[in-house]
Amino acid sequence: MSAKQKEHVYTKKIDSALLAVYNGYSFFIRFFREAFRGRMEFQEIVKQCYAIGNKSLLLIGMTGFITGMVFTKQSRPSLAEFGATSWLPSLVAIAIVRALAALVTALISAGKIGSSIGAELGSMRVTEQIDAMEVSAVNPFKFLVVTRVLASTISIPILMFYCTLVSLMGAFLNVYLNEGTSFIAFFENAFEQITFLDVGTSVAKAVAYGFTIGIVGCYQGYNANKGTEGVGKAANSAVVISMFLIFIEEVIIVQVSNYFRI
Amino acid sequence: MAETRLDTDTVIDIQDLYKSFGDLHVLRGVNLKINKGENVVVLGRSGTGKSVLIKIIAGLLRQDKGMCKVLGSEVSTLNENELRDLRLKIGFSFQNSALYDSMTVRENLEFPLVRNVANLSRAEINEQVEYVLDAVGLLQTINQVPSELSGGQRKRIGIARTLILKPEIMLYDEPTAGLDPITCLEINELINEVKEKYHTTSIIITHDLTCARTTGDRIAMLLDGIFLKQGTFEEVFDTNEERIKSFYDYNFIQ
Repeated sequence: MSAKQKEHVYTKKIDSALLAVYNGYSFFIRFFREAFRGRMEFQEIVKQCYAIGNKSLLLIGMTGFITGMVFTKQSRPSLAEFGATSWLPSLVAIAIVRALAALVTALISAGKIGSSIGAELGSMRVTEQIDAMEVSAVNPFKFLVVTRVLASTISIPILMFYCTLVSLMGAFLNVYLNEGTSFIAFFENAFEQITFLDVGTSVAKAVAYGFTIGIVGCYQGYNANKGTEGVGKAANSAVVISMFLIFIEEVIIVQVSNYFRI
Repeated sequence: MAETRLDTDTVIDIQDLYKSFGDLHVLRGVNLKINKGENVVVLGRSGTGKSVLIKIIAGLLRQDKGMCKVLGSEVSTLNENELRDLRLKIGFSFQNSALYDSMTVRENLEFPLVRNVANLSRAEINEQVEYVLDAVGLLQTINQVPSELSGGQRKRIGIARTLILKPEIMLYDEPTAGLDPITCLEINELINEVKEKYHTTSIIITHDLTCARTTGDRIAMLLDGIFLKQGTFEEVFDTNEERIKSFYDYNFIQ
């Protein structure tokens, strides 16, 4: 390949990357424009909230429980070296509330909900169901995108609280079996170190993750093309891109919350 | 063939319309006028831009050049609200029916109705849904989901969904594609019944000559991005133009 051809290929790649960023930005702006005007589809939001919660409850519960239990088990030897196993409930609670619960919930939801939204809207796009809504004078963006993004933004924080609770139960089980700590003592010790900032940061994270999962899934599905291949691609991209963005958001939110902590 | 109405009000006026997708020039200067109450069949091979034409009329695509006036309004210049108002007067029957998979037949029909007609009571909604379902002869499927329906039934429900808003213009995209000959005839009859009952003006996109002959007051032959010939079925196919003859022969052999 000559230098000129290479330059052409790179220019094309840069063009399409910039175009993708612009389209994503337009979609993001359109969401806020559409969300605050016209009739709100409350029934559809509730239906989507139920679908998201129902789909993920078991998986998040099991993963959260195992995470809490394993994290406690893995942390014990380090604390035991200093004779500080009594700190286990606090340590585990801080880890779960500050980072693990939000992250576990978000990553599982990105896989389960993000892919499902991407595939559903992608399939609606390629089978012309979105066009059918448009020609029957119904705003498909408002009905499909706004409702799903709001539902995932509302549901993920709720799921995150559920994951926190179940993870702490997993941690308690491990502590109880090894140290015989009572339920009340465990939770008193656990919540001693948790501050309002920790909880607030977790909620902020969960809201940001929920919004990201919803908007990325909707963007990929709503703009799917090339038939069934496009549907698969939309589902896949929804998971990969939202997971990537979740980690970036994690870094940013942790930095911001640390600023307030000092 | 359905009888031609003599009303001369122009409902759709397309002049010098161009549309390309990248290097692919689909429409290259299309001209078409459709009068009120007319059923116009757009015939042509696959990939000649027939569906693109009706998508421009419905405002789903925008032309590169030229004029597309529907009910006196240039579609490409309408704002969101104006386009919404125009779409209330247009019914679009999609090639694959485009029924909402997650909804029952009843919900599919209610969906545009409750979002476009204010203050309807439950009884009024039910009455209108049942009326259009009865009009397409599928009242018994009201609680079924699209996956339980046959291809022909899906087409009929798709048409019923557009009829619920009482459109003035019907756009049919390949209404008989993928159906057996008997179901094709039933769909053709339904298209004529819709015209009679709802007094619609229609564009029927097809490459099925039986459908064209049965439903069309006028045939417009779209080849290589332009309308090669327009007229009655006999006028269009009574020709020495090689491309039209080969299209006819191929259909006949099929």
